[in-house]
Amino acid sequence: MSDQRHDGQHTGDDKAPGEKDETESVSAAIRGYAIGFGLAAILTIASFWAQGTGLIYGPGVPVALVALAAAQMGVHLVFFLHVTSGPDNTNNVMALAFGVLIVALVMVGSLWIMAHLNHNLMPMSAAMEMGR
Amino acid sequence: MSAHAAQHGDPNKLGHGERSSSELGPAPKRIVVAYGFWIFLLSDFIMFAAFFAAYAVLSSETAGGPAGRDLFDLPLVQWETAILLLSSFACGMAGIATMVRHHVWFQVSMAATALLGAGFLALELYEFTHLIGEGAGPGRSAFLSSFFALVGLHGVHVALGLIWLTTMMAQVWSKGFREDISRRIACFALFWHALDIIWVALFTVVYLLGVRS
Repeated sequence: MSDQRHDGQHTGDDKAPGEKDETESVSAAIRGYAIGFGLAAILTIASFWAQGTGLIYGPGVPVALVALAAAQMGVHLVFFLHVTSGPDNTNNVMALAFGVLIVALVMVGSLWIMAHLNHNLMPMSAAMEMGR
Repeated sequence: MSAHAAQHGDPNKLGHGERSSSELGPAPKRIVVAYGFWIFLLSDFIMFAAFFAAYAVLSSETAGGPAGRDLFDLPLVQWETAILLLSSFACGMAGIATMVRHHVWFQVSMAATALLGAGFLALELYEFTHLIGEGAGPGRSAFLSSFFALVGLHGVHVALGLIWLTTMMAQVWSKGFREDISRRIACFALFWHALDIIWVALFTVVYLLGVRS
């Protein structure tokens, strides 16, 4: 069996998280990191620019900032952590998707509940008035 | 079925060929270890999500004290971001050096990663001492408590990463690129890149959105 190694373990169809393509040459690997670095730098500069500029409609700026941050996280995942949509990465992507789900539930759930509480509870000053 | 055919056959049928993946035996340790560490990192992200949620809920509760727009120094944050991104790139170079087992290249890139990481920590410590000196310490308001907790948690991760990084340099120096040491380097690289991803969320949510509100 050519896919059995001497230690009895198969080389497998899967990639470990962060694992690069082994057939890739060193120069191609460096180029991959350089592209990722360039894209991340552009997105970072765009974020800081979008924050300071008056060119974007004010209420749209937070949306732009969140979109740029999400794009940059994607760039980091693909070029630095080598998470791809390939079939050898299915397990890594499924775990990541579950993590993102929990992160979204914690964030959105907290903000949602706390906003409702803030809205429905009496302001502290009014509560103190009533206690008198 | 040869490994070659398995790798280059129909990509949508991997693991559904003549031999199921359970018949192939256990996955190589390299994959098991990195996958386990990946699960840990995702749980770390969930912990950070709780701190982010606390910050997002409390960011307007300044108790009459200074708000983000009065405190945050964006040029400093720009430097921190640039340094951490360069550090991530240097860590990637160390990963390639591990792949080709090149000692000098590895030690130089890891040293660059460490210096940049230490520079990031120094800037963050400067920011913290500066804020506390201005009377905007973690005890001032709920906003500042959650700010110091969130940014400080990231800083603690970077500090632990620096200890891990120097340990890896020493292990490669004395023992070379052994199988187990290469696995630890792979996990460290995952950790370091993940910290950079968290910093992206952090500078956007805390600093860029903070100076606007």
